[in-house]
Parts: sequence; C-alpha cells; structure tokens
Amino acid sequence: MSGRKSKSNSLIQAEYLSQVQRILRERFCHQSPHGNLFGVQVQYKHLIELLKRTAIHGESNSVLIIGPRGSGKTMLINHALKELMEVEEVNENVLQVHLNGLLQINDKTALKEITRQLNLENVVGDKVFGSFAENLSFLLEALKKGDRTSSCPVIFILDEFDLFAHHKNQTLLYNLFDISQSAQTPVAVIGLTCRLDILELLEKRVKSRFSHRQIHLMNSFGFPQYLKIFKEQLSLPAVFPDKIFAEKWNENVQSLSEDRSVREILQKHFNVSKNLRSLHMLLMLALNRITPSYPFVTAAHLMEANQLCSMDSKANIVHGLSVLEICLIIAMKHLNDIYEEEPFNFQMVYNEFQKFVQRKAHSVYNFEKPVVMKAFEHLQQLELIRPMERTSVNAQREYQLMKLLLDNTQIMNALQKYPNCPTDVRQWATSSLSWL
Amino acid sequence: MAHYPTRLKTRQIYSWVGRPLLDRKLHCQTYKEMSVKKEGCSTEIHIQVGQFVLIEGDDDENPYVAKLLELFEDDSATYSKKRARVQWFMRFCEVPVNKQNLLGRKPAAQEIFWYDYPACNSNINAETIIGHVQVVALAPGEVIPMDLKNEKTFFVKLSWNEKKFEPLSPELIAQLDKLQEGSPRCQKPLEAKTKSTESPSWTTEHAVKRIESRHSTSKSRQTPSHPVTPKARKRLELSSFPRTPNTRISQQISRASLDSPGRTKRKVAFSEITSPSKRSQPDGAQTSSPALQAPEKTGEIQHSCAKDDKKASPDCHMVLRTRVPALKTTEISEERTLTPTRGGRKSSVVPLVVLKPENIRKRETKEPEFRDEATSTPHRIRRKSSLLTLNRIRQQLRFLGNSKSDEEGEEFLPAAEISDSGSEEDEASTHPLPRRTHSSVSRNLRSSMKSSLQTPSKTPKKTPEPRTPRHATPRIRSRNLAAQEPTNTLEEARLRLHVSAVPQSLPCREQEFQDIYNFVESKLLDHTGGCMYISGVPGTGKTATVHEVIRCLQQAAQANDVPHFQYIEVNGMKLTEPHQVYVQILQKLTGQRATANHAAELLAKRFRTRGSSQDTTVLLVDELDLLWTQKQDVMYNLFDWPTYKEARLVVLTIANTMDLPERIMMNRVSSRLGLTRMSFQPYTHSQLQQILVSRLKHLKAFEDDAIQLVARKVAALSGDARRCLDICRRATEICEFSHQKPGSPGLVTTAHLLEAVDEMFSSSYITAIKNSSVLEQSFLRAILAEFRRSGLEEATFQQVYSQHVALCRMEGLPYPTMSEAMAVCSHLGSCRLLLVEPSRNDLLLRVRLNISQDDVLYALKEE
Repeated sequence: MSGRKSKSNSLIQAEYLSQVQRILRERFCHQSPHGNLFGVQVQYKHLIELLKRTAIHGESNSVLIIGPRGSGKTMLINHALKELMEVEEVNENVLQVHLNGLLQINDKTALKEITRQLNLENVVGDKVFGSFAENLSFLLEALKKGDRTSSCPVIFILDEFDLFAHHKNQTLLYNLFDISQSAQTPVAVIGLTCRLDILELLEKRVKSRFSHRQIHLMNSFGFPQYLKIFKEQLSLPAVFPDKIFAEKWNENVQSLSEDRSVREILQKHFNVSKNLRSLHMLLMLALNRITPSYPFVTAAHLMEANQLCSMDSKANIVHGLSVLEICLIIAMKHLNDIYEEEPFNFQMVYNEFQKFVQRKAHSVYNFEKPVVMKAFEHLQQLELIRPMERTSVNAQREYQLMKLLLDNTQIMNALQKYPNCPTDVRQWATSSLSWL
Repeated sequence: MAHYPTRLKTRQIYSWVGRPLLDRKLHCQTYKEMSVKKEGCSTEIHIQVGQFVLIEGDDDENPYVAKLLELFEDDSATYSKKRARVQWFMRFCEVPVNKQNLLGRKPAAQEIFWYDYPACNSNINAETIIGHVQVVALAPGEVIPMDLKNEKTFFVKLSWNEKKFEPLSPELIAQLDKLQEGSPRCQKPLEAKTKSTESPSWTTEHAVKRIESRHSTSKSRQTPSHPVTPKARKRLELSSFPRTPNTRISQQISRASLDSPGRTKRKVAFSEITSPSKRSQPDGAQTSSPALQAPEKTGEIQHSCAKDDKKASPDCHMVLRTRVPALKTTEISEERTLTPTRGGRKSSVVPLVVLKPENIRKRETKEPEFRDEATSTPHRIRRKSSLLTLNRIRQQLRFLGNSKSDEEGEEFLPAAEISDSGSEEDEASTHPLPRRTHSSVSRNLRSSMKSSLQTPSKTPKKTPEPRTPRHATPRIRSRNLAAQEPTNTLEEARLRLHVSAVPQSLPCREQEFQDIYNFVESKLLDHTGGCMYISGVPGTGKTATVHEVIRCLQQAAQANDVPHFQYIEVNGMKLTEPHQVYVQILQKLTGQRATANHAAELLAKRFRTRGSSQDTTVLLVDELDLLWTQKQDVMYNLFDWPTYKEARLVVLTIANTMDLPERIMMNRVSSRLGLTRMSFQPYTHSQLQQILVSRLKHLKAFEDDAIQLVARKVAALSGDARRCLDICRRATEICEFSHQKPGSPGLVTTAHLLEAVDEMFSSSYITAIKNSSVLEQSFLRAILAEFRRSGLEEATFQQVYSQHVALCRMEGLPYPTMSEAMAVCSHLGSCRLLLVEPSRNDLLLRVRLNISQDDVLYALKEE
C-alpha cells in the first residue's frame, strides 16, 4: 500500500503527521485543564462547591487533596479554578496565590511570594521589603483587616503541601489555617500532597485549625476504563484540519484498542502502574516511532515503547562494559557468594580475578594491577559498586570496603545478552568452583 | 533689625506679675508674667512668657509680631529697665521688596514668617509690647483659612532667613503648638484637672479672642483631611439666630439619626449639615462660661452658649454641630463622654466635677424617643453625677430663657431619664440577649448594650498615628460584588457552624470565664500585676474565653466599673522568632518600632519606672511554648515585669500542655509565673452537644440524634470543638448534595453525619492499597513474605526483590525488572505506605511498612 503512494501524497501525510504529533505531544506533556476528568467527578464536585462557597459566600475553608503522584491532583484543582473563573460573579472577586513547597523552601520566601502575588508590595511603596518578622506582621495585618462580606476572598494553593509542614514551627500553615478559622479575610487553603500520613505531620494546634476535609484521588479505575482513557488520549480532536485523515486516525485507534496484542501490552502496563503519566509516556514513545510512510500507530510501535519503558537500566549499563569490567563483576559476585554479602575491597576482587586468569583464562589478557584498578574505579563511577563509608583522602583505595549493587539474576541476565562474551568467562560466571 | 523706640500715645503702666526668679548667671531677675494697664482705663492685659505679642513698630497699622521668650529686669540698661527677649516674626510687607518674589505665590492676608536670622537683635524694651496675639503654625500641607475675620490671628507656615523661604520644621511646629497650648491664656481644655477651676480674668473682647484661639489650635493639631472644615471637631452651640430652616433641619436629622444603631452614621449626618463657617456670627456677643469647659482629651468638644440679645424670634434652637475630620476619633470622644474616665479619675463613684452640657443636651434630643420605655424601666441607683448634671441643665436652661419650644420638652423630663445611663437602660431592656451574670445587674445591662453597638476588639485609647509609609496599613482589596447571604436553612446553619462565627456567649466555659474574669478584675481594681497560666488541648476554647473576658472587662471599663486598661495580644505562632515578641508588644503599646533588643530595653524601662497615672496593661500571650529560648530570657522578662509595682501588668499566658512550667521552664522562670493556673478540660459529649445546640438556636437543620452522635464521636476522639463544628458543616454539605431538589433540603440525619465522620477520620491507607496497581500489591506481598521469613520488621530492597521474583515464579507470572520494582518501591514510599531510605542506597535501601501487617493483609485479601 505504501509503495504505491505518490510522492506528493507522502508529503501531505508527513505534514499531517507532524500536526498530529504536535497536538498529541501537547496533550501528553502539558497538564492542560481542557482535558476530561477520569473517575474523579465526585471529588471534583466537592472541590468546586467548596471553592464557590468561598468565592460567593465568603466562607473560609481548608482542604487537602491527597493522592499518589500522577493521580491528577493538579489537574483537578486547575479544572476547578478554571470553572470557577468562568462564573461571572466570581471572576473579578477572587485572588489566587499559588505556592509550591519545592520553590518556597521556607516561610520567608513563601511570605514574599504571597505578598507579591497579592500585589501588596506596592502598598509598601518605595520601602525595601523588610525583615521576615516585618513581612509576617505586615501580611497578617493585611489579612486581618478584611471581613467575610466585603473583602476579596483569597485562594491559597499549596502544592507539595507536605514540604510546608517541615518549615520551622509551621508558622505559615498555622497562620493560614488560623485565618481560615477566624473572622478575617475569607480564604480557601488548598493543599496538594501525595503523602497519606499528612495529618500526622501537622502539629496539634495546626491540625486542630485545619478543617480535616480531605479529598482523596486514588486512581480507582479498572482496566476497561484504562482502555477508554487510552482511546481518548490518542484520538484526534474534531477540529483537526483534515477531516478524512482524522477519521482514519481515529478508526485506527479504535481498531488498536480492540487488538489483542495491544490489549496485552496495555494490561501489562496497567499492572505495573495505574498512573496516567506512565500511560502518556508509553504513548509518547509510540508516537515518536511513527514514520510518514505509514502515519498510524501500530501494535508494534506500542510493543517497542513498552519494552523501552520496562527496561532494566542497570542491565543496560552492564551491556556497555568491557570484558575486564565484566570479569571484575563476576569476581565480586563470587565473593558475595562465598562471604554471604559481606563487603569486599579491591584487593580481594583482584585476587579473585588473578585466580581466574592464572588458572584457566585463555581469552582474557592478564592486565596490570593499575589497569584493573582503573576498571574498578570506573565501576564505582557507574555506581555499580558502592563504598561502604565515605572515601577519605588518605585511605588506601585498594582496601576500601565496597558493596556490589547488582543482583545475581541481573548479572546472569546481562551476561546472557552480552555481545561476544568469551565462553570461559561465561562458564566462570555460572560456577566459581569449576576452576578448582 | 533696629531697636524700636517706644511711642506712647496713651500712657500705659507696665508692671511685673508674680515673684521674680533670680537668674544667677546674668545677674538679673526674670519674670513669667507682665501686666499692662492703660491709664484711665480699668482693663488690664496680662502677658506671659511664651505668648505671641504685638510690638510697637514704625507702622501703626502693622505692629511687629513676635513670640515672647523671656521677661527680665535689666538694671544696667539706661533707657528702660524692663526688658524682654523675643523671637521675631516677619510680615510679608516687612520682607525686602526685591526679595518678596522669592515666595513664589501671593501671601495670605494674615500670613507671617518665622524670622530665622540669628544676627537680629532680639532684646527689646518690654514696654513696647502692645498686647498679645494669636499665631498658628501650619504644617506645609495645610491651607491657610481664608474666611477668618479676626485680624488678631496670624498664620505661620514658612520661615524666612533673609535668603529664602523655607517650610517650618516639624519640631518647630510642635514647639509653637505646644507653647500655645501650654499658655493659660489659650485654655486648652486638656486633661489637666486644674484648668477648669482656674478663673482667669479677661474682657469680653478677650473672650472672643480666646474662643478663636481655641478653634485655631484645635485645627492646627488635626490632620487636614477636610480642607473646608478643618475646625473644631465637634461643636455644640445654642444659638438663636434666625437661621431657622437650617437649624430645624439639622435638628430633625440629628434626631432621626440618633435612632440609628451605628454611631458613626449619626456623625456623618451631623457633619453633613454643618456649615463650613467657623464662627457663625461675626460679632455676636458670645459668652463662654468657664464651667462649660469639659475636660476632654481626644476631641475637645467646643461649645459656646451664645445668646443674642436682639433676637427676634422667641425660638431658641439647638444646633448640634459636628465637624468630623476623622470619624473614628470623634466616635471615641463620644464614647468618652458617656463614660468619662479620663485622666486621674478611675473609679465610678467619683462624680463629675465639671459637667458636659453638650453631652446631656444630646441626650435630651434622644429622650423623646425613649421616654415611653424609660418610664417602664426599673430605676437604678442614681449617681450623684447625674443629679448634678440635672441641676446644671436646669440652670443652663433657665439661663437660656424659658422660650424653648415645647417639642423639645427638656424641662419636663423626669430626672432619671436625663441621668447619663437612662437611655442605655432603655436599650438594654429591649435587648433580647441573655448575658451571663457576673457582678451587678447594671453592668450586665450596660455591657450587653455596648456589645451591640461597638466592636470591642481594641481599646479605644490609642491615639491615631500619623500615616507614614512605614505605618502603611495594607489590606486585601475589597470585592466588587458583595458576598451572598445564605438563602436556605442549611446555608444559614453552615454559616453559624463555622468556627469563625463568634458566638454570643461561650457555653460550657462559665466557670473558667468566671475565674479568669475575677483574676483580671481583681488585678485591675488593686492596680497590681500578675501572671496566669492557662492550659488545655487545642479547640477547648482557651483563647475564645480570654477574649470574652477582655471584651466584658472593656465594657465594664467603659461603664466605669473597673479602671481602664490597655489590652495587648501576642501570639507565639505569629512571631518569626521569640525575641520579636518585644517588638510586637512595644508597637502595640506605644506605636514605636524598634529592634528586638532595643524594644526589650524600652519595655523594661517602661514597666519598671512609670508614672502612677498610667493604666493597667493586660497582656495575652498565646502559644507560650514557642517563646522558649535557650536562655529563656523572653519568658523570664514576661513574668518578671508584672512583679514590679509600677508595671501594673497582667499577663495571661496560654499553651497546650499542662506541665509546661515544670517541663521546659527554669526554676526562676516558673517561680515568677506563680501558681495561678487553669486547665481547660476537653469538652465532654454533653458540652459539645450544648455548644452545637446553642449555635443552632432557632434553626431546625439537624436531627437531635445527629447532634448527639457527632458530639459523642468527637468527645470520644479529642473533645475538640473545632472538629465538632467542622464535621457538622461537612454534614450539611453532604445533606445538600444528597437532596437533589434545590430549595427543599431536608434535615441533616445521622447517616449524613456518619458519612462526614468517616470522611474525616477514616484512614485512607487501606483504600490506597486497594486501589494500587497489581505490581504494587504484589510488592507489598513480597515485603510481608520477607518479614515473615526473616522475623524482622525491616528488609533491604534486594531481599524484597528476590522474594518478589520468587513469588512471581511460583505463581507463573512474569516478574518485573529491577527498575520497575524500584519505581514501585519509591512510589509506595512517596505515599508513605512504606518508609524507605533515600534511593541512592539502591539495592541496599531498607524498607519498612508504615501500617501494620494485618492492615496490609486485610487490604490485599479483599479482591
């Protein structure tokens, strides 16, 4: 079929393909609030009602959105805020403050950020923003001035909420929750976190001020729904310029979702992780493999992508090692077997390697000790072996105790796949005793 | 400037007044006062040091203006023995003509300039002094009033140093103002108790001048927020000029607005109707009786009872004039007039020595509305002051003539109603709220009335600070659209159940309230200091109870039942660092800003050596445990200051733990804290139920069983009232969701509440495990298997992985690669289902379960 295509046709196809890739990549990488919500309608309703009450009635609230990574916490809040801002009477009346525990690493920077986002810094005028203490009292005063009915509600969104709980005395959280529980400016404090034990992190008086509302996002969908999400994520929108191509693409996606092998791949992927981000990853990898000659996703693409996703990274590193380094790893494996996971040092490994070379090795050249040392250090740099203690300057490197960070099964699997592995090395790996 | 020769037209006799003070350095005698007596005339002018005087000069029309700095007798002088030293002021016409254009604008008619030229001879003959004059210093922003008819008042705004005009420095302005106020001629009705008893002698002409001066001084001290009416803040005038329409309207408006609950509104109404002219009549014979001068502190209420002899109409109208540059200050001043406890007057039994007729008269306008109710109110013990007041009013009315229109009807009022608590009782009797009883009925009534009128959050004592950028008060911008009010029962219930909703009273904490109240009250009455430590788990109403106590005490203070006090609140959690507490206290106490160390010094100085007239300070320290430092100096100081007699500091401290003093405080600190302790027990279920019922009074939103259920649940868990309220609030939401038909939401049932309780308290671990992926679940299984194998509660990742692989082989499943397993492990770790070491340990990282093995098994079993 592809062979008969005219050149211009393939050019058009390539054009379409790049458009498709652009649209889908955007969908996979950006957490756009335009997408649909999957299986979180109840939680969404809870959240949006809460936000509306803050925005319209001026009721202060605090809520935590808890769910594992990739369960759609940020998407949920973005969705809710988008819908909230579309309500006309809310639009002008709500202030938003977005904080992230990874960016605002202490209360001082968090306060500055809040002040900046509330546009309060111009109140201070030409005054250079003062000390931490001044900032705190400044902000608290500002928030204290308001009351339920007349002040503009402020929505605080604290991403990585658990990190805020590690701030000194939890001053920021205490004050935010205190405002939410007293007749001051109406606020909604929304924390996003993946930690299930978040409430145990809060100090008792902070905890008491928190309203204990929790919205859990648990990825509680099954495989049929996962399949539906897969279809929806891969389908082209109706606004795609070429209707015919889009139809063909969507038909292809539909047939893919009914394909047995594709289902198997997806099931496997689903079993490993229900995370939607990992699905995005899989689809992204598959998308990148499409060529203009046949501009549709195939089962083979997905297969390859799945292989990439589930690849063992350390086995890959082992594939790239030299024969000498492989030999050292085998020596370490034997040491582990003999001494039952006790740590070893370079001298022991070298001795073991010497034994192998002297007795039987025909294919392995007897390297000088410094060369072996170099190989050993390379392994350490690759973090395949790890020193037990910190390396000090004057310690002799030959006698530093090390541990191997590879499992026996990993070594054996890697050796199976190792290209051009000498037979005697492979035999040595299977049994150290065979050389005695 | 040249020496001015004396040119006497009529002979004047100059004589010293008062005892001379010998200045040993200059060998001359200085005097404080001088009297000038014109021959053949009985009038006598007294001139004192510090006053502004006119000095004879070359121009008879425009005599020189100066400030008298010193009066002394110089025997060495040949010409005249009576000498004076002055600070000159320049008229604009005295400025050299070629330099007049330096001003850059037209000078105002009465404008003069501070003459800042040290080379000028300031030693003059005292006998050249003609008389005194009024000079008002204006800040650079102020406008010179143009409508002044009085030529005896000058305004100084700039200084002239023979080179250029410069604005007056603030110190200079303050100095000028101070001098003016300090001089007895100006008679500032300040807090000085002796002022009003002093009987200065002056002629009618001077009286006018004096009134004028008072106006101008009061103006100069104000912030010029309103350029047209920057004059006296409040002026009550009894005038009888044929301005009938205006005054009548004003009276009506004032009447009407008196009914309105908000006092500020009334102020606005007054301020709107006042005419901008300061003096309503150019030359009316104004008489001002000294007795009318009230010792006001904040807003000096100017009033003058004027009576026109030539009046045509028999009507005598009362005009309540209020000029309100800053609503707040006047409001305060009015509060003051109701409960006059300024200055040294501390206890309520002291009757008013100087009455405030304006106050009483205002009440008279109020009376007609209240009369009917007032007669039905039980008579309370009438105070001497009220009787005295009554007599004064009667005298006043007689003085004004018997021509009051009957609609006013003041003369016919029963005495009890004019007493300064009459109208309060009226309002109190109609007030439906049941208040807790503490000391006396009268206080109770009064406090309930006050609470409905004002917010007691802060003491009204604070003088308004000048608005500088440093004191900029930030605020969140207000919303364009007003917040919606609740529309149905559930929303109303939700509003009332919010923790922030301040309850009218705190049920179930009566005993604690009483104890704290008694403690603070006794300290206030004794003028001593003391400490109290209040402990209790979060959400048991510690802070709320203390706030309630303070509110009641503030009302009592307003009602004059307890001495006035200043209330300061600090919260350990709202500080960045323990030492910042000094900064906050100092700022709230005095408005000063200082660094922590400096503030500590200032506070220590203040509390150790302060005047006896100062009020008691009540300091609430919330979250005390956060003020702990290595040296414990902060806590030490806080508890040490009250031990000084001069400090009059009552410290109430709040913390969560009962044994905090023993646990973290050094002996010397806990010893100073003393043994006055109070512990708030967690609420029992019946108390929680009572709290809920009281909040939901007259609102049928909950089933009775539901309330009982939530009360029992929370009491069993923590006894935290906040939790209880939050659960109920959530339950109303659930109820609203479940009833799809809008408009007719039913009652909140036990089912809704149980759902809310489950949502808030149920552990999410099990659902999390149930919803995790297959690989995650099998990894957890592998962990369990490994634990069982090793008998330990901890395993390395490598061990778990090999166990995992073995399990998968046994079941014939494809086993995951190491990377996948590691990803699963860290994912579970990030949810805190597992406790893991940092992943750089790779294979060797140790893994633990964060929940019990039984829970994991239970969660994994139910598939």
